[in-house]
Amino acid sequence: MNMVQAINLTLKKELARDNSVILIGEDIGRNGGVFRVTDGLQKEFGEKRVVDTPLAELGIISIAFGMAVAGLKPVAEIQFGGFVYSGMDHIIDHISRIRNRTRGRFTCPMVIRTPYSAGIRALEHHSESMESIFVHTPGLKVVIPSSPYEAKGLLTSAIRDPDPVIFFEPSRVYRAIKEEVPEEDYTIPLGKANVAHEGSDITVISYGAMMKTVLQAFELLKSKYSIEVIDLRTLSPLDEDTIINSVKKTGRCVVVHEAPKTLGMGAEITALINEKAMLNLEAPVERVASFDIPVPFLQMETHYFPDINRVVAGIEKVMNF
Amino acid sequence: MPKKVTHTFDIEYLQIMDENGNVDTELMPNIPDADLKKFYEQMHTIRAFDKKCLALQRQGKLGTYAMVHGQEASQVGTASLLHKEDWMFPSYRESGAMIVRGMPLATLLQYWAGDERGQHIPEGENDFTVAIPIASQIPHAVGAAWAFKYKGTKQASMVYFGDGSTSKGDFHEAMNFAAVFQLPVIFICQNNQFAISLSRNKQTMSATIAQKGIAYNVPSIQVDGNDIFAVLSATAEALERARAGNGPTFIECVTYRISDHTTSDDASRYRSKEEVEEWTKKDPIDRLKKYMESKGIWNQEYQNTVEANASKKVEDAVKQMESVTPQTVDDLFSYVFAEMPPQLKEQLAYLKQMESQKETQKESQKK
Repeated sequence: MNMVQAINLTLKKELARDNSVILIGEDIGRNGGVFRVTDGLQKEFGEKRVVDTPLAELGIISIAFGMAVAGLKPVAEIQFGGFVYSGMDHIIDHISRIRNRTRGRFTCPMVIRTPYSAGIRALEHHSESMESIFVHTPGLKVVIPSSPYEAKGLLTSAIRDPDPVIFFEPSRVYRAIKEEVPEEDYTIPLGKANVAHEGSDITVISYGAMMKTVLQAFELLKSKYSIEVIDLRTLSPLDEDTIINSVKKTGRCVVVHEAPKTLGMGAEITALINEKAMLNLEAPVERVASFDIPVPFLQMETHYFPDINRVVAGIEKVMNF
Repeated sequence: MPKKVTHTFDIEYLQIMDENGNVDTELMPNIPDADLKKFYEQMHTIRAFDKKCLALQRQGKLGTYAMVHGQEASQVGTASLLHKEDWMFPSYRESGAMIVRGMPLATLLQYWAGDERGQHIPEGENDFTVAIPIASQIPHAVGAAWAFKYKGTKQASMVYFGDGSTSKGDFHEAMNFAAVFQLPVIFICQNNQFAISLSRNKQTMSATIAQKGIAYNVPSIQVDGNDIFAVLSATAEALERARAGNGPTFIECVTYRISDHTTSDDASRYRSKEEVEEWTKKDPIDRLKKYMESKGIWNQEYQNTVEANASKKVEDAVKQMESVTPQTVDDLFSYVFAEMPPQLKEQLAYLKQMESQKETQKESQKK
């Protein structure tokens, strides 16, 4: 099954399991979402559980917050990542802080699902990778799955989590990866990275849409180098142990992400390695990221995010340091 | 003591020409035949452009495109009354208004083909870029109107948006500022009955969209958006108000989105064919044609010429768009700041190096 189907299945399971789960968003009901992620769910669970809202992202996000504080578990869909910004006031000023502000009296067990990533020939504001903004906001969990199996396990955990989770869905791989996804219940814990391949020469760290490219680079180079590939899965809280243990073993590290280079996850991971594994390094940590420019329109967008050549070049640079 | 009624409001609905092209002669504005023909021809150009874009998208030559079909009168009837020095703020469904304002068709096509240069508004044209985030352009138009008032020019600002936009804070904040500061801005809501799949009656419980303006004390009117004369008449009054320094106006054009939301949408999932057929009968172009025929300024020969001219304009634009030199990677970095900072120079150099490596690899693979 592909990621769209895996997420659909997850939402279906959680709606059935927990009566307090409610889906709200634009065009998610009758239309089944613009990517069809919620296809059929309103038909099955009714308009009370799967709600087409007026066109208002600030409204969706802030009202979901009110629902969550009052005992529901809203899963809000923002149609495209670039439209989440009008709800930022509420995400940063209230959603992320309510537990801390009230010393635990009020909590916000909600999920905001939104697609991100370029390469889908979309219009402006449909292709951004803005995860760092949320990682930089204390009190938010930030999760990005890389495959259908991962999406189901992580989203299940996100919905059941007691705190707000921003769940970015890589639209470029929505239908690009198919794999076995168990129908039955399973979870992947938040805050735990996945070592996709074990290796001893170099650690390549990535997540989300870029994992597909990283795994292609792995296949290309696996006979040449022993590469450890880490899929972060959760960007906040970050699984520092897995990163540090790996880098202590390999002494080399490349971080690959689609978000702009400056203040991206690569910067954070490099700083982390400096703090905790500096003396194990054989080479400087390399960042392979998108550029500090707006995501180009569709004709030039594939020049923007790292392709396999850029990932391979990054690995070679570190290996040949 | 008994409750008193302190305020009441009325919403006027203006229709001058009915679906058969019959006009109310008392309300009918005085429009020279040459202008009638111009409007009619513009509407045809817009529809031809629309059809072509849909076809080009299906061939993979354009990205996602938002169709205008059905809303030509709302766009021509508003944009054509603006002066060149006035400003226009479009959303993504205003290709029609942009064409009226003189945006070259080839430039518009470039935009929809995913080329940034399609948003390089020609020098001297006061049209803003296409706003994708819903309603975000509305406050911008208010800001421009404020600048006109501040500078004492007689310019006006016109902003387009849909029924869905009026659910967003941007709309309400803009409307409030415009009224508080009495700014020369005209809000055009093309109520086309759908925000993607959500129908107008599920979008808001307001009986009319126009009455949302009343809350802010903005003169507000509902017009038949498929009746170009009603649209022209309301717009003329609004512009007069703006230029006289008497503040904003809100016009709700009641119309219908005949096409899918965009080329990525399938409207059959959420609305009936019958509903679309009902509205197709109210077609704005057909209605104007009937009026012109009754006035003796339309015949089949004229129609053939209009269609041939529209088609030629569009085909020429497609050729022009297709012959344009592709952008380079430099273009991606050159406009982020007035002066490119060192980090971007470094990133650009890296990208170029990577691209040339890729080329070399391709070459060697060929050999």
